[in-house]
Amino acid sequence: MIKAQNLVKTFGSFTAVKDVSFEVATGEIFAFLGPNGAGKTTTIKMLTTLLRPTSGSIELDGLDPQRHQNEARRRFGIVFQDPSLDGDLTAWENMEVHGVLYHVPHKVRRPRIEELLKLFELWERKDDQVKKFSGGMKRRLEIARGFLHTPKILFLDEPTLGLDPQSRNQLWSHVKRVNETEKVTVFLTTHYMDEADRVAHRIGVIDHGKLVAQGTPKQIKEQTGTENLEDAFLALTGSTIRDESADSADQLRQMAKMWSGGRR
Amino acid sequence: MSAIYILWLRELKRYTRSRAQIVASLGQPVLYLLVLGFGLGPVFRRAGSGDYLQFVGPGVIGMTILFSSIFSGLGLLWDRQFGFLKETLVAPVPRLQIMIGKTLGGATVSVIQGLLVTIVCVLAGFRPANLWLVPIAIGFMAAIAVVFAALGMALGSSLQDMQGFQLIMNFLVMPIYFLSGALFPLTGLPVALAFLTRLDPLSYGIDGLRTMLLHQPPFQPAFHVATNIAVLLCVAVAFLIAGAWRFSKIEI
Repeated sequence: MIKAQNLVKTFGSFTAVKDVSFEVATGEIFAFLGPNGAGKTTTIKMLTTLLRPTSGSIELDGLDPQRHQNEARRRFGIVFQDPSLDGDLTAWENMEVHGVLYHVPHKVRRPRIEELLKLFELWERKDDQVKKFSGGMKRRLEIARGFLHTPKILFLDEPTLGLDPQSRNQLWSHVKRVNETEKVTVFLTTHYMDEADRVAHRIGVIDHGKLVAQGTPKQIKEQTGTENLEDAFLALTGSTIRDESADSADQLRQMAKMWSGGRR
Repeated sequence: MSAIYILWLRELKRYTRSRAQIVASLGQPVLYLLVLGFGLGPVFRRAGSGDYLQFVGPGVIGMTILFSSIFSGLGLLWDRQFGFLKETLVAPVPRLQIMIGKTLGGATVSVIQGLLVTIVCVLAGFRPANLWLVPIAIGFMAAIAVVFAALGMALGSSLQDMQGFQLIMNFLVMPIYFLSGALFPLTGLPVALAFLTRLDPLSYGIDGLRTMLLHQPPFQPAFHVATNIAVLLCVAVAFLIAGAWRFSKIEI
């Protein structure tokens, strides 16, 4: 379903992704793990048509996302790592805009939005502007939105960041459900190794832009001779802490916070 | 089509929900209208050019639309920072439709803003010469709005962050405003200045607005109405193409 071959992405002199190749089969849950700044999000951006790879090739359901952008976009849904909601619109309106953009037919749209908002316990607040939501609620809304259309491939970029255990549980059981009943292929990243261990069929570990290990959770643990995935992860990627430099987006976000009195 | 509609609707909803912003954005035009209108009025009358408040009214309406539509395009930068842009860019909708939806939304908001300022002008004493021509004047407002909303989209798609904002403000928006004849008549100018005003698309918009709204004489149009319409349409098409092209190149 997803096929990446010798994927490379450079930003100026910095190489974010170095020669990464992997395949994800239809109906598989694939966890893409790595420390901060390892190249996870860059890889997802290339897979989801937001960035052009410097070299290498990608196939989504047999399509090249660069050449058949809209066809490829029809096939996937994505929950981004950082917020992508419109704070001035209400929860319902955010869902509605998404539904229209993803061609969810009018008749299916309303009951489905209602179902998802109820599932993620946002129904009572559906008519409130999103900027008034807490961090966890915004996160839940983003996730609910990702499930609104039924994609063939679901990308989840650190979906559980900032979620309480209840919502996390809700999320993973829903992911498993759509994976089992609708054969949705899932490509996820997370920093919580126990989650990856629990839901993923296969795992890829990326560090410094390079894929350093690939296999089932069991294989990875055996390969590194460790008891659990956390230790396996540390054995593969070392224990030094990585820093991501603040980019202009972060700086601007800070400025915006100052201007709007921290409302957003 | 539905994608264009929903993004257009989004711009409108955002506008109607930011009441503080609506009031704030009326401040500057009111200042120009009242202070210049009444301040320069006596000099203007002595020069035999009629009532300055009448003259500057359409200029201030044009200014409002210029600012509001350019900023709507630059609003893309906010969408980029708050992430909503990503949501639209990965959607299975041609980017051209997204760009058109946002541009039309921004232009509609600008026309509403222009109409609000028109009401303020009327309250201050501005009187259109011929009520039957007011709908055509609104057509000119719409043309100005589309031209500059498209320009704003082209700029907003090209900028990465707000660093370039001051640059655009001081070296593009303000010159467009001051050279457009919003504040002074375009007739009988020094050659160099006359040349620059002819390069400014807003000149044709404001001249068209005045032709529709003012008594002639004392007002003398600088261009023929057909010229005004033709220039605005051509520039609108050119900017829409530029905006669509820049927008299609966005990477995040």
